[in-house]
Amino acid sequence: MSQTNRKDGGLINKDKTLTFTFNGQILRGYEGDTLASALLANNQQLVGRSFKYHRPRGIVTVGSEEPNAIMEIGSGAYKEPNTRATVTQLYNGLEANSQNHRGPLSFDLMAITDFFSPMLGAGFYYKTFMWPKAFWEKLYEPAIRNSAGLGTLSTEPDPDTYDKGFRYCDILIIGAGASGLSAALTAASSGAKVILADEDFLMGGRLNSEKTKVDDIAGSEWAKNAVDQLSAMDNVTLMSDTTIFGVYDHGIYGALENRSSESRADSKKPRQVNWRIYAKRSILCAGAIERSIAFGNNDRPGIMLAGAVRAYMNRFAVATGKKVSVYTNNDDGWQTAKDLRSKGVNVVAVIDSRSISPVMGIQGAEIFMGTDVVDSKGRRALKSIKLSNGKSIDTDSLAVSGGWNPNLHLTCHHRGIPKWNEDIASFVPDDKAPPGMSVAGRAKGTMVLNDAIKEAHDLGSSVAEELGFKASDLEPATTPAVAYNVVANWGVPSGKNRAWVDFQNDVTAKDVKLANQEGFKSVEHVKRYTTLGMATDQGKTANVLGIGIMAENMGQTMQETGTTIFRPPYNPVAVGAFAGRRRGMEFYPTRYTPSHKWSEEQGAVFVEVGMWYRSQWFPQPGETHWRQSVDREVIQTRSSVGICDVTTLGKIDIKGSDVSEFLNKVYVNAFAKLPVGKTRYGLMLREDGMAMDDGTTARLSEDHFVMTTTTANAVSVYRHLQFCHQVLWPDLDVHMISVTEQYAQYAVAGPNSRKLLEKIVDSKHDISNEGFPFMAAGEISVCGGVPARLFRISFSGELAYEIAVPTRYGDSLMRAMMEAGEEFNVVPYGTEALGVMRIEKGHAAGPELNGQTSAYDLGMGGMVSGKKDFIGYKLGLREELQRSDRMQMVGFKPVNKSDLVEKGFSMAGSHLLGLREKPTTENDQGWISSSIYSPMLGCYIGLGFIKDGLNRKGEFVRAVDLVRGSDIEVEICSPHFYDPEGGRLRV
Amino acid sequence: MIINHPLLGPRDSEEFVYLGSTDLINRPTNWEEEASAEDFYQYQYIRDNIAGDHQELWYHEQGDQSWLVVSRNTLTHEITNVELAQDVARTMGRGK
Repeated sequence: MSQTNRKDGGLINKDKTLTFTFNGQILRGYEGDTLASALLANNQQLVGRSFKYHRPRGIVTVGSEEPNAIMEIGSGAYKEPNTRATVTQLYNGLEANSQNHRGPLSFDLMAITDFFSPMLGAGFYYKTFMWPKAFWEKLYEPAIRNSAGLGTLSTEPDPDTYDKGFRYCDILIIGAGASGLSAALTAASSGAKVILADEDFLMGGRLNSEKTKVDDIAGSEWAKNAVDQLSAMDNVTLMSDTTIFGVYDHGIYGALENRSSESRADSKKPRQVNWRIYAKRSILCAGAIERSIAFGNNDRPGIMLAGAVRAYMNRFAVATGKKVSVYTNNDDGWQTAKDLRSKGVNVVAVIDSRSISPVMGIQGAEIFMGTDVVDSKGRRALKSIKLSNGKSIDTDSLAVSGGWNPNLHLTCHHRGIPKWNEDIASFVPDDKAPPGMSVAGRAKGTMVLNDAIKEAHDLGSSVAEELGFKASDLEPATTPAVAYNVVANWGVPSGKNRAWVDFQNDVTAKDVKLANQEGFKSVEHVKRYTTLGMATDQGKTANVLGIGIMAENMGQTMQETGTTIFRPPYNPVAVGAFAGRRRGMEFYPTRYTPSHKWSEEQGAVFVEVGMWYRSQWFPQPGETHWRQSVDREVIQTRSSVGICDVTTLGKIDIKGSDVSEFLNKVYVNAFAKLPVGKTRYGLMLREDGMAMDDGTTARLSEDHFVMTTTTANAVSVYRHLQFCHQVLWPDLDVHMISVTEQYAQYAVAGPNSRKLLEKIVDSKHDISNEGFPFMAAGEISVCGGVPARLFRISFSGELAYEIAVPTRYGDSLMRAMMEAGEEFNVVPYGTEALGVMRIEKGHAAGPELNGQTSAYDLGMGGMVSGKKDFIGYKLGLREELQRSDRMQMVGFKPVNKSDLVEKGFSMAGSHLLGLREKPTTENDQGWISSSIYSPMLGCYIGLGFIKDGLNRKGEFVRAVDLVRGSDIEVEICSPHFYDPEGGRLRV
Repeated sequence: MIINHPLLGPRDSEEFVYLGSTDLINRPTNWEEEASAEDFYQYQYIRDNIAGDHQELWYHEQGDQSWLVVSRNTLTHEITNVELAQDVARTMGRGK
């Protein structure tokens, strides 16, 4: 309806009208439009407010290099800020809102900041807002933070799904313009596997925006034919709407494909796919990006890049204004005047800064050669421009061309350093591209299209040949050769008027000059001090201009000044795309124990232990607080029998004739003479002498052992053992495999544990106290022939066993044992009760094996053998680790038994201080590593480390917890609180 | 990165865990001597921080669980050689 700027022609589909909103206003466009082209069609010039000064801004470009037209798309949880309208494909129902203004876009209350601009230059926060000091934190900083920033986040979780994919090819071609398509045609015809990717949803690059003829037909037509040809080939994968965002090692590329251009709230499809592409070679045909010229007030809505102005006309059939003017320093800018004039648009002036003859005649336009634009007028939309010769020209659309920069971003991802090329007045790629990458066409600096096509055509063939495919015999496409003539122009002094360089970060030529004056001479410093090039567009339209201004200021050459380093990602990538499906519960795999289903039926409360779900406690009807459940489980286990799933602990099956010698090398204590049928506790150190892990190792036969580890270290201990085996002692006859998941394992503990097991274990096995004494181990069978392993070990301190069966029997074994134990009131117990019991017995576990404690610190110095070499032996003998005043593990109990009971929390994490000392770091004597309420002792107890602890039993100190607010007197005691003699183990 | 496993062919480095320099292969064997304390200290803590060609240990945790010696340039990440660590260890005298 009211698309007042819409003309005939273009590559859009006028049969399909789309409705969208901008700032709540309903507008219309066509299929094939971008949001930007549709806005321009509706004469919406003002699209946002600038970052710092809140100046009115309009659309500048037609590509992903867009600095100004960044908007919030969508609403609610789907709202996405900072989205470039120029590359957003228009769809029905698209909701767009402008960013960074208080009050309406046309009357931004924050525009007042523009008046403070003298105070807000580069690095202003180092020089202003410093007094009074107190005001910074409370007033200035919040105010500055509040007014800075672009879009706002929805703060709700991203509801879209993102996929990840992997693709493999011989040749990845980046960019599907004239060069990319030419390279793809020859590369594919050789038989090589080719992937052709382009960030636009319509392949063809600039051919879709120009009136250039290729092979005597419209360039866009030629492009379409080439795409059709390629899509019919089995060895070609076309990826449009796909940005190659990063060049990684060894031919690995990151690619982001937009999958859904519908309203995201309506789409069931993944929004984007993050592809990892493995390519043997790549050819970069990313073309060139136009740059601007700096002049006074060059940032008004209506001032655009010349290539973009004619792209809007040629591809989208949109006239950017009614009185168009062109300001250029090169021949290419004149094309805009010509194309618009041919569509009946009034071109009022062409201003060329070069002192040469006019490049061509433009009907109705005033031509000014050797002239510059120095100022513009029109706050919310361009009204007029002022020239260096004093003349003013009425114009509502100024097309600026400062020249074209090869888009060499990706060649820099491996620290490539672009080279200045005087002929085209721009930077071209370093000879050293990332390994495997070649460059062709305008991205290389080959600006004449005919040459670019030939170059890419030949390269596609030669790269395929390098890989062993046959060279192509196709002929390259041809196009009339048009020279690219340019004379560098970074803008002329504009007096009081600010000339913008980086639109998105609001950086002016004055800022660059200021940085140089203040001593920032390196381009890397100027970038960070002014923030030029640091916005979401990575300064694609601004960098070279900024370098030019800097070179002029400092009297240097462009090569001397150099560029900063481009890094991935080429365009912003949503974090969700890196996460893929690994979100929420799918971030890690979930590991369930064999008794999980049964535990769920019991209403167990689960806890995450790494990726495992373990039962934490089993609440009974009537229990309202976890302590009730846990206390009950402890008391019941210690008085009769309890069962706990301990499958998660690492299990490693080790076989060979040298295993006992191998075990000697990894444990502190002796294992060489471990008898068959016995198990032994082992402590493992790191090479630096610190305790790493502990467990038990059983000898099932002469050459067959089974080691257990803690749950947390199952993987790292196995890795460590493989290192010792393969690298340190490769000739010991040792073979090992992790069997953590292959066996279900349960602790059966309590005075009635043997009686319970006698009902499960097949009768041919003698598990009496004489037949299967404390620390026995063996292979048995249960439930009428199910193979099992039985270990008489005890973490709880009661008469106890661990029984293992192949995992597939785990669920039924649990049920069978619970049934067999009914007559003994068997209780299932979880990790909490497990923890209470081991602390009551003084067994070290994870909190004590924290990487800072040695065997001696743990009270296990007596276990350390002096007769063999083992990992950690020598460095464990270091003087500092042998000091008697080190923090040693002991027990702590409150002097006042009722302490903490009312508060309901333990001493865990408390630090230990003298009775009258202030709680400071200097007075800190140690800490409490594990603490629980002991139902057996009727009070809180703890294990911890205190200086010279082994010699201080009976002393009183304080346990201080400043976080939770407790400070109680405790007695240093033995860590073995319950059954210290161990009599209950051996019955 | 891609690590060209000598038995399994090229694999993404995500399948591996990195340990450190191949200096770790030379664990001192003179543990009974007094002087070995210094040797162990050197072994455990002292490394050249190489900017260039580096020999390092990787573990194929998500694959065949073999330890590998990878020759990689720490500046360019170019990998020029991959061998089984067991073979390297034997040539360095770790065998019996």
